[in-house]
Amino acid sequence: MLASLLIVFREVIEAGLIVGIVLAATKGVAGRGRWVSLGVVAGVLGAAIVAAFAGKIAGLFQGSGQEIFDASILLLAVVMLTWHNVWMAGHGRAMAREMKQVGAQVLAGERPMTALAIVVGIAVLREGSEVVLFLYGIASQGGTSTAALLGGGALGVAAGAGATALMYYGLLAIPAHRLFGVTAGLITLLAAGMAAQAILFLQQGGYFEVLTNTVWDTSWLLKQDSLVGRLLHTLIGYNDTPNGAQLVVYAVTVIGIVLLTRIERARHPRRSAAPKVA
Amino acid sequence: MRVTALIIGAGVALMNLPALADDAPIALTLKDHKFTPAEIHLKANVPAQILLSNEDPSAEEFDSSSLHVEKVVPGGQKGIVRLRPLAPGRYNFMGEYHSDTAQGVVIAE
Repeated sequence: MLASLLIVFREVIEAGLIVGIVLAATKGVAGRGRWVSLGVVAGVLGAAIVAAFAGKIAGLFQGSGQEIFDASILLLAVVMLTWHNVWMAGHGRAMAREMKQVGAQVLAGERPMTALAIVVGIAVLREGSEVVLFLYGIASQGGTSTAALLGGGALGVAAGAGATALMYYGLLAIPAHRLFGVTAGLITLLAAGMAAQAILFLQQGGYFEVLTNTVWDTSWLLKQDSLVGRLLHTLIGYNDTPNGAQLVVYAVTVIGIVLLTRIERARHPRRSAAPKVA
Repeated sequence: MRVTALIIGAGVALMNLPALADDAPIALTLKDHKFTPAEIHLKANVPAQILLSNEDPSAEEFDSSSLHVEKVVPGGQKGIVRLRPLAPGRYNFMGEYHSDTAQGVVIAE
């Protein structure tokens, strides 16, 4: 029971943190609850489907199907996060101004909520499919009662929701005019961490086997499988022994997003009459 | 989902095929949620592969944060675990779904 609770908790908390960031980044957007809920529901359904076809997926690409699949959805999430940040660079200033003027009420719903809904869906799908496989394995063995199983699962999900709430309200403590800047930074590091993880999956699958040597080892300082290490791994892609390819991809992703947002910002010059917002 | 995975992966698959191992993969068996052998010795600083045969009916995830591997092997199937060149040392791994019994260690020397 405790073991099942721990594993569910661990997976759900990771998805929960990402949902929390997305909610904070979309504060004030009309209909965002609907989009985020849609992402969660689609992610849960997707997790069940992926778990059901785990055997088929694993068998694709000479046995590297799981790695290709994981890498693909991670890279899709990276693209969606990049799109969000670039869009915000063009419109964020106007939005922050609008939020001040209308007292943080409803903002234009034109921003790419689809992108963030997809990110939420992917986060839930990745962690959820592991939970489904794990719980299914326990259920098929018998021994553990269905009630204990469901109880463990429900507690795990509640813990994940708690993680979402902590992340969300923690970020909301940031003054409104700084909030979008902070969430944009968080999303950049989240995307870079996901890209580095995607490369690791591709290498595991036998592709891009370049620069695979470990570059440094910070496990003496913070072990990646400790609680803090895991949280940082989810949020900013912390890795205690990264390999060369991961570092290159991480740096390229950060630089790429920063450059794209700079270019987009330059296309939308600040209006002279606008109040100063950071 | 299979179709999606196929489409997504097709481009990647065209780029290059999985590299062949220098040596035959090391055989590792999972049965009754226990690894045999539980201790794997291999040469340090060269890449290696482990061929994991899951003889249990349920899926298992070969998980090791020190080896940076998370590999799901469905029940009754085999999976290849690719290891990067390792510095000499001990690297613990586990079956994440049955971590009370499914434990093992890779020793690079």
